[in-house]
Amino acid sequence: MEYQSKLETVLRGIALLLVVVFFMFPIFWIFLMSLQTNETILRVPPSINFEPTLSNYRALITGKLETSAASLEINFLRNLWNSVFLSVASVALALLLGVPAAYAFARHKFKGSEDIAFTLLSFRFAPPLLVLLPLSLYFQKMGLADTYLGLIWVYQLICLPLILWIVRGYFEDISPDIEYAYRVAGHSWFSTFRKIALPLAGPGIAAAGLLAFIFAWNNFIFALVLASADKQPVTVGALAFITASGIQYGQIAAAIVMSIAPTLALALYAQKYLVEGLSLGAVKG
Amino acid sequence: MSTLELRGVTKRYKKETVVDNVSLTVADGETLVLFGPSGAGKTVLLRLIAGVVDPEEGHIFIDDEDMEGVEAEHRGVGMAFQNFALFPHMNAFDNIASPLTVGKRSRDEVKAGVEQVAKLLKIDHVLHHTPRELSNGQKQRTSLARALAGSPPLLLLDDPLRNVDAKLRFEMRLELPLLLEAQGATVIYVTQDYKEAMALGQRIAVLSEGKIEQIGTTEQIYLSPKTLDIARLFGDPVINLYDVKGKQDTDGVFVELSQQRLSLDDSKAQCIDKDAVLGIRPESIKFVPENTAGSIPVVIEAETPLNEKIVTLALTEGGREMLISRPSGTAGPTAGKAFVTIDQSALLIFDKATGNNFVESTKSDTDREVAA
Repeated sequence: MEYQSKLETVLRGIALLLVVVFFMFPIFWIFLMSLQTNETILRVPPSINFEPTLSNYRALITGKLETSAASLEINFLRNLWNSVFLSVASVALALLLGVPAAYAFARHKFKGSEDIAFTLLSFRFAPPLLVLLPLSLYFQKMGLADTYLGLIWVYQLICLPLILWIVRGYFEDISPDIEYAYRVAGHSWFSTFRKIALPLAGPGIAAAGLLAFIFAWNNFIFALVLASADKQPVTVGALAFITASGIQYGQIAAAIVMSIAPTLALALYAQKYLVEGLSLGAVKG
Repeated sequence: MSTLELRGVTKRYKKETVVDNVSLTVADGETLVLFGPSGAGKTVLLRLIAGVVDPEEGHIFIDDEDMEGVEAEHRGVGMAFQNFALFPHMNAFDNIASPLTVGKRSRDEVKAGVEQVAKLLKIDHVLHHTPRELSNGQKQRTSLARALAGSPPLLLLDDPLRNVDAKLRFEMRLELPLLLEAQGATVIYVTQDYKEAMALGQRIAVLSEGKIEQIGTTEQIYLSPKTLDIARLFGDPVINLYDVKGKQDTDGVFVELSQQRLSLDDSKAQCIDKDAVLGIRPESIKFVPENTAGSIPVVIEAETPLNEKIVTLALTEGGREMLISRPSGTAGPTAGKAFVTIDQSALLIFDKATGNNFVESTKSDTDREVAA
């Protein structure tokens, strides 16, 4: 038995290692690339023997892209800031709108409530290109094109349905009796929402917010069409690395490392909530 | 303390009527038990009174004040839920304190209030535990403590003993009436357990399919149940029921059971020439020596002790089952043939077609008016 369980442990370790390697290797490789110059990256055959350099990161931070042909101005840090600002603001707005809406959909079955909830969800089904063309025309008329406000508004197409539907499930899982008990104890509906419903749905709200953040962060097409260079997030900004004198793999890699770092850190920090939160809602529902 | 009155209260969910035109009054300081099978609408009725759901029709008065449009938090009721409904993210102390944190009480006052009620319910040693760490019995007491903490004049208890084990239920059944009396509140107590209903209620309202079938004192419900169903629900062992036909001769109204004439008083005259169901409580049947006038021969099948009673299952000559109950410790035949007599003053007779008691139980209705 002792021996078997030891073997089991080893096998399990190997299996886990394989999974980790499979998922983490690209990230690891990108990290290595970010420390190399374009020449060492494009070597054939590839090798992990190289002189690490921080020149890629330096180029990104100073905003001067040195290629073999010329020196280019890029504004990666601006893109990074745009990503952070757009994602945080979009998720904050979506939480502000979506959590109370989710509560209403969970607790009050009014005429057409299912239809409205489903319509909101259906925004996720539609290909973004479908809405982009009319939207860009409207936005130009309304003066919303190339503004943070306009982008945050459009990002609600990504964040709001996600938050609404995940959080709604959480609110539905809370026994109405628990809320009734607080009401009967003499508290208003609003303080019941604040003191009972919100804390109990907390893990779900955190998970939904995190997911929405990642989706918003990864969005490409909305910002590509609706924003100009100084409002674009990293996903679009990375296009600048495809230059006339070739693709700047080193800088791209460094940019990727810098742009995934916030979401990665956030996911690592919140992974407990994320897994627990998402599965709890599913199992109990 | 406060009074409660319901007038024609009706609640529908979609097309289904779950509370159907319920009217009742509860006097100041009274304990009314709402009794009925599950799905009868007891819980919904409590929620209507608490104000967490609104009725489609009818009015609810607390202290003669119409509660229409009055939110739950302003009704001054305390409520204990069947599933306890404790706040999972707060410890027992904060749970119990929740009715106390509303007004402008100081921390010390809240603390004193919680500790007082916790002591009363013997949970003062677990106040720092979260609901997850409490045993079922402690949860039940915490939920009761929360309902009592604000000293509400009107207390709604929704089957609070349903989810606790038998031993605790027995203890609480003895403790609760004293506790409720000490509280001095008007109490509505929901239960499915007829013993609990009998032990706790000054009056019992029997609810079935959203309607009140009968309201009366425990004796009225037991001795003159309005319907066959109520007769069947109250009493352990269950009432003996026999299909009979009402008859009349020069001596008055009677029915026949095993060729024996059982006289009924004139108030039951409506059963004459109708198919009827005769109800005989097991304790109104007595074993007698052979040849007693009017005795019925039976064959004893089995005997079981039931709490403080001994219950005998016997068969009449016609092959009908009969339950006979006598106090523990009294002698009686245990096997073979025996003879019984029936206390004819305690006979119940119901209309077979409708299930209604042939004696219109006007008595309990007039009592209700007096109580109101």
